[in-house]
Amino acid sequence: MAQAATASEPRAADRASGKPAVRLDHVSKAFGELKVLDDVSFEVPEGCGFVILGRSGTGKSVTLRHIIGLVRPDKGRVFVAEDEISALEGKELGRVRRKMGFLFQNAALFDSISVGENVAFPMRRHSDLGDAEIRKRAQDKLASVGLEKEYEKMPGDLSGGMRKRAGLARALALDPKILLVDEPSAGLDPITADEIDELLLKLKEQGGVTLIIVTHNIPSARRLGDELLMLHEGKIIAQGPPDEMDKSDNEIVRAFLTSSHAG
Amino acid sequence: MPDRPAGSAVASLLATVGEVSVFGGKAARQVFVPPFEFNETVRQIYELGVRSAPLIAVSGMAVGVVLSMHTRASLERFGAESMIPSGLAIALVRETGPLTAALLLSGRIGAGIGAELGAMRVTEQIDALEASAVDAFRFLVVTRVIACVIALPILTTIMNFAGMLGGYFAETAATGMSLSLYFTRAFSLIDMSDYIPATMKTTVFGFIIATMSSYLGFTTTSGTEGVGRASTRAVVMSSILIIVSNVILVRLIFFFFPTAGGQ
Repeated sequence: MAQAATASEPRAADRASGKPAVRLDHVSKAFGELKVLDDVSFEVPEGCGFVILGRSGTGKSVTLRHIIGLVRPDKGRVFVAEDEISALEGKELGRVRRKMGFLFQNAALFDSISVGENVAFPMRRHSDLGDAEIRKRAQDKLASVGLEKEYEKMPGDLSGGMRKRAGLARALALDPKILLVDEPSAGLDPITADEIDELLLKLKEQGGVTLIIVTHNIPSARRLGDELLMLHEGKIIAQGPPDEMDKSDNEIVRAFLTSSHAG
Repeated sequence: MPDRPAGSAVASLLATVGEVSVFGGKAARQVFVPPFEFNETVRQIYELGVRSAPLIAVSGMAVGVVLSMHTRASLERFGAESMIPSGLAIALVRETGPLTAALLLSGRIGAGIGAELGAMRVTEQIDALEASAVDAFRFLVVTRVIACVIALPILTTIMNFAGMLGGYFAETAATGMSLSLYFTRAFSLIDMSDYIPATMKTTVFGFIIATMSSYLGFTTTSGTEGVGRASTRAVVMSSILIIVSNVILVRLIFFFFPTAGGQ
């Protein structure tokens, strides 16, 4: 499939529900002399499992950070639904960010408050709910990731896998329509990594959440991804569904997808 | 370590000074602009202010004892031992109390802020705040600036009284002087023009400690090594800026309050 090997133009949002949940339009970004993203354009349809692949340092995490407005492009634009997040500031930026959840690679739990309060934090900030209701909802979110007994524990007392699940519960606190996930299986044992994948799959299939995932884990990418995108040296070198990507004649793509170390 | 050209070092220094100035200016502006992070500010006043009180009280008392012993040794030669309480009070209220309190707090608070924000930066907790649609600068920096500006004058007042109390213990041990006589003499030569300008200048010291330390924490890079560096630099830079700004502030106090200089 030639397009899978050479895609660099925005793909039409024709694979899932239609409307793009996220769109990058000719985005370029450099840090000093280092060019991290070079004219990157793609669309993520609503409800889609969209996986960004690539070797370390190819701009995958920077792409996620553009989507949630933690990094601004030097050139180009980033849209979340109809909002150009790359041009927003202050309250407007906050309004768009509240539509998204972000699971960081190391969970990034706030280590000065308990696990439960980490999950409650977005609700305390952005809802008018009372304390009891917020605690109940935070407890429910923790239960949904299998951590119902860990509300009062401090993040430092959790294992890596539990931290990741707690981070996922926090990312889901405001019931986002879009979930950005940075390396969901990094540093986890295969069983815990599978459990995280299960949770993400459930969110996509039962909750209709749009997943945008950065990973090196090829089995996980195949499982979660309706569409894969591969970055190399800041450029898109391939994009398409997993079965089409397998047919790519691009050596880097083939090497990556068939690597015995992937994952 | 390779030598850097002098021009490059100066340019780098000026760039840093510019960045710190912009950071401090932004913090000063946002103190007065809603929304106000009331709960977090109260928490910071407790963490930075209330929890520093024991350090300040114990140190103040020790300083008072030592100052009293030195003053006695000097004034005894002139038969002016009765001046010890008032001399000690003037020294404490006008200069020793504010400067010692500020330097002690630059150690405790400056190192704490530098390390805490630095650790939050390298573990992506600051990004997680932003991703949760929270203005991290307002939540982390502005609250600490307000807390320090409020806490410093109060802690300085505690140090002044603790110092006088320490002076009393030294004096009563040497001469058996009563508490009431000691404090009557101590307050005989000081008035509000001694206390208010000298104490209020510590609001500037508080601003310096909070902004310098927050800047270094906020801009931390290079993992745990960077956190350690931010913490150390926060103390060093805050201390230097306090000592240098004190010269200017004392000059201004003498200009606007001539009686504060004993003139």
